[in-house]
Amino acid sequence: MNQPFNDRPLTAAETDALRARQRERNKVMGLILGFLVVLFFAISIVKITAKPEHAPAEGTEQAEHS
Amino acid sequence: MTTANPQALIMPADWRDFFALTKPGVMRLVIFTAVCGMLAAPGTIHPVLAFTAILCIAVGAGGAAALNQWWEADLDAVMKRTAKRPIPGGRMDRTSARDFGFALSGISVMTMGLAISWLAAGILAFSIFYYAYLYTVWLKPRTPQNIVIGGGAGAFPPLIGWIAVTGHITWMPVLLFLIIFMWTPPHFWALALFVQIDYSKAGIPMMPVVAGERSTRWQILAYAAVLLPLSMTPWFIGGTGWIYGLSALLLSGMFLWLSFKVGLRTSAPGDGMKPEKRLFAYSIFYLFILFAMLVADRFATILGLQA
Repeated sequence: MNQPFNDRPLTAAETDALRARQRERNKVMGLILGFLVVLFFAISIVKITAKPEHAPAEGTEQAEHS
Repeated sequence: MTTANPQALIMPADWRDFFALTKPGVMRLVIFTAVCGMLAAPGTIHPVLAFTAILCIAVGAGGAAALNQWWEADLDAVMKRTAKRPIPGGRMDRTSARDFGFALSGISVMTMGLAISWLAAGILAFSIFYYAYLYTVWLKPRTPQNIVIGGGAGAFPPLIGWIAVTGHITWMPVLLFLIIFMWTPPHFWALALFVQIDYSKAGIPMMPVVAGERSTRWQILAYAAVLLPLSMTPWFIGGTGWIYGLSALLLSGMFLWLSFKVGLRTSAPGDGMKPEKRLFAYSIFYLFILFAMLVADRFATILGLQA
């Protein structure tokens, strides 16, 4: 939020413009936050399912025992 | 608070102005070189993590750009090229820009650290500090070598992209850093030659203003001459194949040729500064294609088209 409105009440048009600007900013902020939720969820899934760096490839462990 | 039009600040700033603070134009090159650094690196990275790393690099660059505009609002106000930016244009107050810049920087570094690696996050944090403080606050107003040092800030993205994949620093990402580092002075001084009146008005010691046109032209040529062998070094050390090597030779050869035309001439009033404008335009094309060829070279090697 920036400067106060010079200590005078807002006109109806100014109030409408202010509310419209706030709504637009809120929408964008909501989209960004929603995107971050999805991104962090995806990162978490990737991290959880990732194999440790030097883990043996699938199947090799059994082959060694047979 | 210093703005050109404080009366206009009765509204909260538009989100588009916040977006403009991140310098989306510059960000294109940042994203492109970071993606190339990532694709050219030997190794693999999960697509979600690759996307996250690129996003962090881009958001970090945006944060640094916002901090730069917060600090330089007074200077931007007196230059025609920058007078319409959100703060000097009176559409945003400085505090919002500062907070936005710090928030983007912090979020990008933390996310990079948690999702990718703390080495990549550390270099990203240093690159933001380098641009927002070392360059913007400290060196830009003090030395005509500002662009040489500032070039380092733009050189970090491919380095970070590469390290996000490999997890460690080797000669190849350092060479990519050095290529952009050496490319920046001739690229920017070509621009500074045809907008130098603006810089002298703002009191920024840009090379053509301080050292004069003659010296700037010689230095453009000198950097272009160093860039030619430097851009080919990844090939010489075996980091790339001949596809990149020959491309670098041709592209840098052309760069040197255009720099010759700028370096050896003396401008006359009203001559349109065509060679300088051509060099500036070519320098952008040069970097895009050079890095694209780096990626093409890597894919050609993977597909067995070259040794």
